[in-house]
Amino acid sequence: MNPIDALFTRLRAEKRAALMPFVTAGDPDLAFTQQLLPAMAEAGADLFEIGFPFSDPIADGPVIQASYTRALRNGLKLADVFRTVQQVHHSGPVQTTPLVAMASYSLIYRMGAAAFIDTAQNAGLCGAVLPDLPVEEADDFATLAHARNFHPILLVTPTTSPARAEKVVKVGRGFVYVVSVVGITGTRDTLPAELREQIRRLRNLTDLPLCVGFGVSKPEHVRELQGLADGVIVGSAVVKRLENAANDRRSAMTAACQFIQELRAAIG
Amino acid sequence: MNSTLPAAIAAVPDARGRFGRYGGRFVPETLMFALEQLDAAYREAKADPAFQAQFRRLLTDYVGRPSRLYFAERLTRAAGGARIYLKREDLNHTGAHKINNALGQALITQRMGKRRVIAETGAGMHGVATATAAALFGLECRVYMGSEDVRRQALNVFRMRAMGAEVLPVESGSRTLKDATNEAMRDWMSSVETTHYIIGSVVGPHPFPMMVRDFQSCIGEETKQQSRELFGKLPDVIVACVGGGSNAAGMFYPFVDEPTVELVGVEAGGRGPRTGDHAATLNNGRPGVLHGSFSYVLQDDDGQTADVHSVSAGLDYPGVGPEHSYWHDLHRVRYCSVTDREALDAFHLCGRLEGILPALETAHALVEALRIAATRSPDDVVVVCFSGRGDKDCAEVARLTEQATT
Repeated sequence: MNPIDALFTRLRAEKRAALMPFVTAGDPDLAFTQQLLPAMAEAGADLFEIGFPFSDPIADGPVIQASYTRALRNGLKLADVFRTVQQVHHSGPVQTTPLVAMASYSLIYRMGAAAFIDTAQNAGLCGAVLPDLPVEEADDFATLAHARNFHPILLVTPTTSPARAEKVVKVGRGFVYVVSVVGITGTRDTLPAELREQIRRLRNLTDLPLCVGFGVSKPEHVRELQGLADGVIVGSAVVKRLENAANDRRSAMTAACQFIQELRAAIG
Repeated sequence: MNSTLPAAIAAVPDARGRFGRYGGRFVPETLMFALEQLDAAYREAKADPAFQAQFRRLLTDYVGRPSRLYFAERLTRAAGGARIYLKREDLNHTGAHKINNALGQALITQRMGKRRVIAETGAGMHGVATATAAALFGLECRVYMGSEDVRRQALNVFRMRAMGAEVLPVESGSRTLKDATNEAMRDWMSSVETTHYIIGSVVGPHPFPMMVRDFQSCIGEETKQQSRELFGKLPDVIVACVGGGSNAAGMFYPFVDEPTVELVGVEAGGRGPRTGDHAATLNNGRPGVLHGSFSYVLQDDDGQTADVHSVSAGLDYPGVGPEHSYWHDLHRVRYCSVTDREALDAFHLCGRLEGILPALETAHALVEALRIAATRSPDDVVVVCFSGRGDKDCAEVARLTEQATT
């Protein structure tokens, strides 16, 4: 069984939502990422989305883009990201925490979809979010991924038509990434009122877990989503706490882990 | 004729926006709705005679089309071979071909009931064209421009602001056209319900490459008609510069199924062929994904976008339109490159011999046209797509000339 499926089976029995932080690999360097992931797993993270730094991200807001720029400034290569992920995967508390790649299709195409999936699986990743690969263009990647039990994770947004949402849940595996707002990643004060209706419609279409991201930044958001969504994805708000890691590693790591603990406590 | 060529090269893109294997839509899910809406609106407009008449009227009365096909007698003599003609897009209102597309898309914006437009710009000509169209139609307008380009193109920044547009300097990445494009796409992700993104070149996700090409095709259509009138035949060679490739696409498209016409695209060779020193995507790149479309790109082995350089801010771009990739692979268009130095020399030569200062982008095309003309007989006609005027580049050329002499 894919570890993502195992996680949601377990959490559904426990009747609680998964806490799914996003972390940019190599921000500010891979040694830091390697220490950060086990610490966040201990603090309560259920699944990690590992951001693969890309020079020209268009779906990401300024906070995540800046983290990509910091990571790439020191000449970060994909091979190093995979190597670090593999080391983390085989050590300590991260062994049981599913790891998912968040990677631009620009990177995946250059490497080759099959090579990307094989290398990712070898490193312990069990799925990938492709933020710039809409379902119409996803067939080749999805076919390769399905055959390898590697989960392609697709997104549904408030502007996704019902017809397209149907296609998305057919091609996607693991969970549906429900984008809560129109726009780029980033933190927001309140979650939109339409989210409840959006999730209700998706429940009618699929049994896949529904995980909400884009704009989740506070314990109150997480409390709101517990009982509504199967998972809560927290990106910019985590990355924001790591902005100054190059200057003060310990404080950045403490702040990020404390934040994860607060969110985890809000889930109950 | 090359036997591998399809029956009609012009019969692209398909419904998925593919030019052969190139094009498509590689964008965040949030934008799919807008692209579908735009595709539908454009298809309707294209088939609507009232829309076409309105567009043509603007091109005639406001832009001043048709632009002249001018015999450059002294450049011809300097080259010593084929006759050189200039398709004078620099004489359009706002000084470049960009206005054709900006007006077309402003009309589409109106049709979709949207009140705000955004644009990216490199040299500033597309930004100026968009600001112009926005002023004319009373639309709110924001232009994203790399801060490096804001410095290089101060005059165009002033022009945009004077027409009521907001110009936002982009500080991320290389601070040039590619980064301005990223920022414009991000804006669109958050504003898509009320805003249309007027992309300035034949790049980006479907339907942009097709739509921009169509709006720019007046260049090639007019050239065809003018050539028949002036020479009683089609041109033997047509040369145009290629950054994203909109003036070249508009010029070439009506000729791609005319096998006697040789088509030449000129990319920015910059300081030389080393990565980071040029922006010659088709010459040195390989297929990949950038800014929503599958086309040739300049990337490293990981797929990270490579640094690019050109003296011309409008050619300083690591991608190229998907239809150019298609024509490149079919060998229907030959793509070569010209260095910064050669383009600067052509800028001065054209000024001195013809009394016309070309945009630095255009100067790239001139270099190759002069080279080709030198090898041909006086019976042959070489047409240069004279995409824009050089006023915007004067300060930068002066700076570079001073640098070179001190």
